[in-house]
Amino acid sequence: MADSATLEAVNIDQDEGNFSYPEDYAHDAGYGLNEGTVDYISNIKGEAEWIREFRHKALKIFFAKPMPTHWASKDLENIIFNDIRYYLSKGQAPTRSWDEVPDDVKKTFERLGIPEKERKYLAGVEAQFDSEAAYSNVKEELTKEGVIFVNSTEGLREHPEIFRKWFGKVIPTGDNKFSALNSAVFSGGSFIYVPPGLKVKHPLQAYFRINAENFGQFERTLIIVDEGAEVTYMEGCTAPKFETATLHSAVVELVAMKDAKIQYITVQNWSNNVFNLVTKRGLAHENAEIRWIDCNIGSRLTMKYPGVIMKGRKARGEVISIALANNGQHQDTGAKMIHAADETTSNIVAKSISVGTGQSTYRGQVHIPKHLKGCKNNTECDALLINSSSRTDTYPAITVRGNQHSTQHEASVSQVSEDQIFYMKQRGLSEGEAMSLSVNGFVNDLVREFPMEYSVELKRLIDMEMEGSVG
Amino acid sequence: MSIVLTPMEETITLEPTEVWLSNPPVTESDAATPIWYRELQEKSWERFKELPVPTRTNQHWRFADLKMIRFADLASAASASDSASLIARATANRPADFAAHFVFANNRLIHSEIVDLPAGAICLPLNEALAAHGDLVRGHFLQETQTLGGDKFAALHGAATLSGLFVHFPKGCVSEKPILVHHFSGGEGQLTFPHTLVVAEDNAAVSVVDVFESITVSEQTLTVGVVDLTADRGGRIQYVSLQNLSDNGAKHVQINNTRAGRDAAVKVGFINLGAAWVRNESLNRMTDTGADCQIFSANLANGIQEYDQRTLQSHEAQHTTSDLFFKNALYNKSRTIFSGLIHVKPGAHHTDSFQTCRNLLGSEEAEANSMPGLEIDADQVKCSHGSTSGQISDEEIFYLQARGIPADDARKIISLGFLNESIEKLEGDELKAYLFAAVERKFTHLDESA
Repeated sequence: MADSATLEAVNIDQDEGNFSYPEDYAHDAGYGLNEGTVDYISNIKGEAEWIREFRHKALKIFFAKPMPTHWASKDLENIIFNDIRYYLSKGQAPTRSWDEVPDDVKKTFERLGIPEKERKYLAGVEAQFDSEAAYSNVKEELTKEGVIFVNSTEGLREHPEIFRKWFGKVIPTGDNKFSALNSAVFSGGSFIYVPPGLKVKHPLQAYFRINAENFGQFERTLIIVDEGAEVTYMEGCTAPKFETATLHSAVVELVAMKDAKIQYITVQNWSNNVFNLVTKRGLAHENAEIRWIDCNIGSRLTMKYPGVIMKGRKARGEVISIALANNGQHQDTGAKMIHAADETTSNIVAKSISVGTGQSTYRGQVHIPKHLKGCKNNTECDALLINSSSRTDTYPAITVRGNQHSTQHEASVSQVSEDQIFYMKQRGLSEGEAMSLSVNGFVNDLVREFPMEYSVELKRLIDMEMEGSVG
Repeated sequence: MSIVLTPMEETITLEPTEVWLSNPPVTESDAATPIWYRELQEKSWERFKELPVPTRTNQHWRFADLKMIRFADLASAASASDSASLIARATANRPADFAAHFVFANNRLIHSEIVDLPAGAICLPLNEALAAHGDLVRGHFLQETQTLGGDKFAALHGAATLSGLFVHFPKGCVSEKPILVHHFSGGEGQLTFPHTLVVAEDNAAVSVVDVFESITVSEQTLTVGVVDLTADRGGRIQYVSLQNLSDNGAKHVQINNTRAGRDAAVKVGFINLGAAWVRNESLNRMTDTGADCQIFSANLANGIQEYDQRTLQSHEAQHTTSDLFFKNALYNKSRTIFSGLIHVKPGAHHTDSFQTCRNLLGSEEAEANSMPGLEIDADQVKCSHGSTSGQISDEEIFYLQARGIPADDARKIISLGFLNESIEKLEGDELKAYLFAAVERKFTHLDESA
């Protein structure tokens, strides 16, 4: 690990506020994970002692917890924690610059349909994507309105009075093995605070990118929306294709105070070597609303079950989920709704498409304890299978106590019928186009929930993924 | 990723006293039993000792109250004393039209009458069948690997001296009348091992009803039963289990293994009214084209009863169909767990498979857990599952009250109708009336205890 001279240099860098120019320093925590790794990250960030302790405690929990393979995919065993670098920021080694990126990745990026100006912006900051991902393009406008929109390090350092109270409270460190891992080595992500009554008109955006090989990205996001305020947050992500496995393990905590609304939109398009193991949960106070709109198209294995704890009366939770599993992919997604107050309502709509040898899985949990009254849940899961080697699984779990509630769950699995394809071919569409159109039709009612730009991007992504899947 | 999917992570460590059973539950050695069978018993006993007691992290026991399977001091049941009164009970309300009636008490046959069996049909207590038709039994007896969590119980069953019936209908042998089998169990800490083995060869049709009752109330008994059903090409089987043990202390494990071959049709019904704790596992394999399995259940849970049902609909060939329809009515502090999986294996194209679980919660403290699951590995598949939990709405009660029916009666009528929907899907009017009457009696009992 780093010698004391380096550490000193690091601290000076940090003190000089080099944070907004991370290109100026070179840091690599090396391969493998131990207490030194945690200290290295903590030193670089010049963190308060309580954060360092928090990280160390989390590391112990991470080592102590077993892999959840008694219910989850055995593919998890292929993650070799010692072959991963846990902290990497510009200067050391983005092993490949954009020019070295394989052509197909570059093309993919162009075809993502990210507008030209956004691409310029991304191009300007791409180098810092690995461990220190932070967006500041909208920061100035929002600051005037009293919104805080910073990365995790800055959030905890500059605004502990706001963020410390909820940090690690919605998702405790020991929630699962990967939330513990994130808590030990987190870096980057967004810390957002919206003051009471403020309705942020335009969505806040973040774009996560992994550039380096054998790397783990562990961003940490905490969004606190105060009474009566509203915000929409969108995140997108990509990574270049590597031969080796890359790990992405985020923790996202949302806190919606009384009457607040949070909408969190994800378009996940990691390359097919990324293990995407993310814990996302929101806490909704009285009459608050939390919506997760979650779209998973990329990654090798995604395990993500956004949840809402409805803690206050009349709180609402919603998960809208679209998953597309192509060859070699497993999209293990779902939702978790914990009703903890009277008259809370939740809604889960999940649609998945399995193409080629792709496997999609829905796992859900709905929990309504007995002392409550008037809770409602609706769950719908629909799966579409494209090829005979495609696979889909559904594992919901619904617990209802008492006679004051109602829940309903429905799931279906179907195919694009030959008749439909034939009908469209008659009208001059190729088989591939016909299949794309059918798939887009299948998810259309959910895609409409996305903001315009994202729904356009989503349609393009689906078209791309569907290419060559038939015939 | 989230661990709350397995909500309680605690692993139950076994008390040293928790031995379940220290000697193999073989009560009588019979010189007539074939050697293969005794070897199987010994192997099963070894397996039983090796297999761990289920723990919280075992997904097949998710939501289950594992305290229910903490056994100590179990013993094989001794013979029951008052056969005459048990026979009188068994014959009192039975459907008038039946093919045969057998009564077992604590693992021993106490009564048999054969009224109307078609020529060629074999219908014998298992121990006699082992002696007389050993090879026929061997081909269908305990052939399945248990995948639903109850393997330790199945191994215990395999090691035990069994009671129950062997029913073999050869090619083209048809009987629409049910074969009735009563299984009584009683005595503190005693174990019984009922086994029902039904084979319908090509185009044969057979109906079997198992009824489980306690000899006396308030005794801690454990039933570990296995039912093997095999329907060959074009064969039809209807099997119904009416479990009406004492609410107070009786525990009941029943593992059903069903195999439907080419164009075969099997209907399985589980009616649970009694017992403190019930574990039903039902494996349904559709092994050849055209096979169809229908699984129905009506459960009325009261007091602190816990009904834990796990099912698998396994589609292993093209053009197979299955339908599962389970209904739970829950009162007081009762709990139900339904975990059902539809598995469409690679190559099992053109499968239609459905699964429905509905829970009617009749009290503030009842708890219904539903885990309907799908695993689809094939093409051109139509599958769906649905699960609902709710209560009788005030509008429904008001509607009936407006027609002069008191609110309490209205609730009972609606709940009975709710459960009857499962029973109605079975064959045989007399049998359905018999089952419905049993459900209705339990409702009267609900009123008394309320």
